[in-house]
Amino acid sequence: MIRDVLTVAWKEWRELMSLSGGARGGRLSLVILLAVFGVLLPLQSGADWVRSATTVFYWAWVPLMLVGNAIADAIAGERERHTLETLLASRLPDPAILLGKVLAAVSYGWGLVMGMLLLSLVTVNMSARSDGLLLFPARIAVGAPLLALLGAGLAAAAGVLVSLRAATVRHAAQALSVGILLLIFVPVFLAESMPDAWKARAASWLMTAGADRIAWSAAAGLAGLDLALMGLALARFRRVRLIVD
Amino acid sequence: MSSAIIRTDQLTRAFGGIKAVDGLDLEVPAGVVFGFLGPNGAGKTTTIRLLLGLLEPSGGRARVLGHDTRTEAGAIRERAGALLEHHGLYERLSAEDNLAFYARIWGLGAAERRNRVRELLESLGLWERRREAVGKWSRGMRQRLAVARALLHRPALLFLDEPTAGLDPVAASHLREQLAALVAREGVTVFLTTHNLAEADRLCHRVGVIKQGRLVAVGHPDELKARSATRLEIRGRAFTDALVAALSRQPGVERAALMNGRMVIDMAEAADSSPLVAMIVGSGVAVDEVRRDKSSLEDVFLTLMEEDR
Repeated sequence: MIRDVLTVAWKEWRELMSLSGGARGGRLSLVILLAVFGVLLPLQSGADWVRSATTVFYWAWVPLMLVGNAIADAIAGERERHTLETLLASRLPDPAILLGKVLAAVSYGWGLVMGMLLLSLVTVNMSARSDGLLLFPARIAVGAPLLALLGAGLAAAAGVLVSLRAATVRHAAQALSVGILLLIFVPVFLAESMPDAWKARAASWLMTAGADRIAWSAAAGLAGLDLALMGLALARFRRVRLIVD
Repeated sequence: MSSAIIRTDQLTRAFGGIKAVDGLDLEVPAGVVFGFLGPNGAGKTTTIRLLLGLLEPSGGRARVLGHDTRTEAGAIRERAGALLEHHGLYERLSAEDNLAFYARIWGLGAAERRNRVRELLESLGLWERRREAVGKWSRGMRQRLAVARALLHRPALLFLDEPTAGLDPVAASHLREQLAALVAREGVTVFLTTHNLAEADRLCHRVGVIKQGRLVAVGHPDELKARSATRLEIRGRAFTDALVAALSRQPGVERAALMNGRMVIDMAEAADSSPLVAMIVGSGVAVDEVRRDKSSLEDVFLTLMEEDR
């Protein structure tokens, strides 16, 4: 099973690399992301970029964009390009196909985030030389990769569920974009529409909890969501259903 | 123990109210190229999907390579290769990567993978272009690569779903020749769907004809042809409608008609043609040429398609 998962992930990586290297649009969007999160924002923030715990939350959000597109291409794209049926006619078990695609998309998104983190560290150190060598404190050095991984997992699981029903990559990407927007705006809307007493309690909790506790709570919430969505994706990814769809 | 590599028993698959495959009873012996013929929408592709366990039957059952398609589809796919309706190649990847991926799926070790990929690409004339992205290739080359992929793991059973569809006549003929050579060399049983009757006649040891999901004929191509009429074709001048009507009434004549200025007479297999020719000459027709042909597989196929229409 593990060998099969790695085999699928190997193929997905080859395709991702050929897409990023071959398609001008794909390459350009990667350069923009690296420039924004690896250079521009760190330059604006200066030494605060490595000291402030709030930057950790960027790293849960960035993979949503990267992984969502990758997983849409991996599943809806295979259907659109008529390669899915041949893959399903092979000896690979259903979970190995799904997990291989998820592994490739998550490692791609997470790997890019790690690259951005390192690039941002270089940028900050080059722009704020007077402060000596600046490094992320341990809680950020652990928290950022962890949140990035959980964010990537969330995007991958949601991406699988959307892609299973999407006829084309474009449809899947559009549905995922809407999903990401909802993920951002629904909590804001809910917070706004809460009764004043609840708002006061929430504000009080946020003030007293501190960034670390909030980050760990977010991580726990994301982990739960990841597991639930991935379980659902595994249950729905069935050959007979995919062919009929 | 039967040597049938595929056996279906009242296999049925419905989509909504439409039966794509309807009570199919079929046996395919091991070691043959079996042609599954039918017009578009007859149920050929659905049958392949059912046999590979990619679709669940609505009724009946099928055993492929000794395994039940409902409960042991994984074991079937383990020993089968497939070139389906679409070639299924990753067009952003090179030919070598496409084959390497499927070789890894089938668990070929690194050395075996290299040797097998080279062997197949060389025999299909693709070795020199192995590093090119497949998306830049012609359709014929892609189909040849897809054949290589399907044979990579030396399957016991190979499904080919209209492998020459969409190819120009030269590319189709080239692919047929290579396919025939590879199949003979690898000793694989082939389940080939096609609506190219010449292809089926040339490649297949046994054919089945499917129409609206039902099997309407099965046998060796020569057996099917023998079941059909013998055709007498006469080129000449001064044919008349009265002569056509008179010929139609003769014993052993199934049909007589004028087609493109020629008299075409379909006769029962055992019928004697000489009295008919004498009758035509006697009626004053200036006969240039008389030709007696067995029906082609295409004639048989068209007759079967027209029956019960």
